[in-house]
Amino acid sequence: MDVIDQGVGRLFTDPDADNARAFFRKKPRAMTNKLMTVKEAVEKFAHDGEYLAIGGFGANRIPTAVCHELLRQGRKNMGFAGHTSTHDFQILAAGKVFNKLDIAYIIGLEARGLSPNARRYMQSGEVEVCEWTNYSLSARLKAAAMGVSFVPTRNIMGTDTFKFSGAKIIECPFTGAKYAAMPALYPDVAAIHVHEADVYGNCRIRGITISDLDLARATKRLIITAERLISNEEIRSEPSYTVIPFYLVDAVCEVPYGSYPGNMYGEYFSDEEHIMEWMTVEKDPDEFKKFLDKNIYNCKDQFDYVRANGGMEKMWKLRHQELKILNNEK
Amino acid sequence: MADYNIMELMICAASRELEDGASIVVGTGAPNAAAMLAQKTVAPNLVIMFEAGGISPLLPGMPISVGDSNTTWKAVMASGMCDVMETCCRGMVDYTFLGGAQIDMYGNLNSTRIGPDHQKPKVRFPGSGGANDLGSLCWRMMVMTPQDSKRFTEKNDFITTPGYLEGGDSRDESGLPKGSGPYRVITNMAVFDFEPKSKRMRIISINPGYSEKDIQDNCGFELLKVPKIKNTKPPTQEELRILREEVDPYRYVIGR
Repeated sequence: MDVIDQGVGRLFTDPDADNARAFFRKKPRAMTNKLMTVKEAVEKFAHDGEYLAIGGFGANRIPTAVCHELLRQGRKNMGFAGHTSTHDFQILAAGKVFNKLDIAYIIGLEARGLSPNARRYMQSGEVEVCEWTNYSLSARLKAAAMGVSFVPTRNIMGTDTFKFSGAKIIECPFTGAKYAAMPALYPDVAAIHVHEADVYGNCRIRGITISDLDLARATKRLIITAERLISNEEIRSEPSYTVIPFYLVDAVCEVPYGSYPGNMYGEYFSDEEHIMEWMTVEKDPDEFKKFLDKNIYNCKDQFDYVRANGGMEKMWKLRHQELKILNNEK
Repeated sequence: MADYNIMELMICAASRELEDGASIVVGTGAPNAAAMLAQKTVAPNLVIMFEAGGISPLLPGMPISVGDSNTTWKAVMASGMCDVMETCCRGMVDYTFLGGAQIDMYGNLNSTRIGPDHQKPKVRFPGSGGANDLGSLCWRMMVMTPQDSKRFTEKNDFITTPGYLEGGDSRDESGLPKGSGPYRVITNMAVFDFEPKSKRMRIISINPGYSEKDIQDNCGFELLKVPKIKNTKPPTQEELRILREEVDPYRYVIGR
């Protein structure tokens, strides 16, 4: 097929579908107990130099505990999918975990403003970047989930976003129309936070799924953190609720309040006070270092982190705030 | 005359561009406020979607994130990003509202960087997010932004999101969906559309308190004008009441 045009960005992962098949051929299918701590999961499945993707939407249903653990274990030189990333990006940039970056949305925290530290890191020249869009990265994950090496899309053409991407422009063999070819993105490791899972990794998610269903299928290794464990019997009582089946999953970690300080649909709202504290304290590198010690490096796990920020009482307030939204009370 | 601020004027002007029964993908802030106001005034059957997957919620308030729980409050569906973007690509989404650090005469937007070095930018912004996708795939893209000669620039440092690219037929020829593109630009000073042949930005109405000279002086490129420039209708008392009491009672957006 003729390539009409192509971006100058480098692909940080291999889009080849047969190479992916060779990996997935060896991925275990047995339904075994995969329960472990986040510390164990990160030690076992996320390594220096590998390509990482994080589920959820920035500060909504994010696997905060995995992001913090990557910093505690000092992961470096990773590739990262900066796809709908906001607070997760802020955490990973604080630890300089990645130095290769596919960019769809970074640095910003939507209506809250921009992260000063993440911006400093991105203006330092230390990070090699390749430009994309939210849908482009979603489509790249979809291609990988399909087990093919690319999918065609109609966005991105004619712009500098395309010029600095790793996409190519091709002609449709049926209509002659131009399409952007989005290369499949098979991450080495991904982490997704879900509402409920059994010990084998069968998962239920409530609310929006963003790109997580494709991400779960595209990634080579998958760490699940779950608000709560449920029995396999309960999973089997209503199979239509399962959105991620066990054979995609490598680790299951029970992490109550695991999206904190992010929002968890139907469970608790985001802790806007704490997120604004992040944004403010980042302006002063010395203060930010102390802040990271308190909230990440001196914490053993998500329980410690939650305890350091108001504990059960704060969680109760955030849960109340979320349910207030759901009940539309004033 | 009603007492109102510039943000309130821009939101009211934007809301009136949306017709009943249309569909729109919105972000947080002013675009969301405009869509909510339209739903309570000119377009009660406006279908509101969010790129993260919220479909047609009965918004209880202003979302902080396009993926937070407000975006699925009493929604008809909690979907995902591919579904929403593919709905745009199939041609079922009429409008979107976008913004940026720079905009040129063809409505191309920059939300990526300032400075020439891509790997080490002078100023780095968030990038496309969903903006390029929505600006590519929705029928009509609208921009709500304050106006000055730095932001309204002769040449963007980077084109993140396509407007009419280099004008004329260049957008259609690029491969982007035919017949789509920028529709309105709403600023503190004026409302603009795009001249059908050249696809250059032109003044269609002037906001209260500004002159044609003010508008051109605060723009880095030469603006076209429609033969009969109108005056932008100021917000009505009823629009202001709904905006202040029902849409944004905590003044997150209109207090800016």
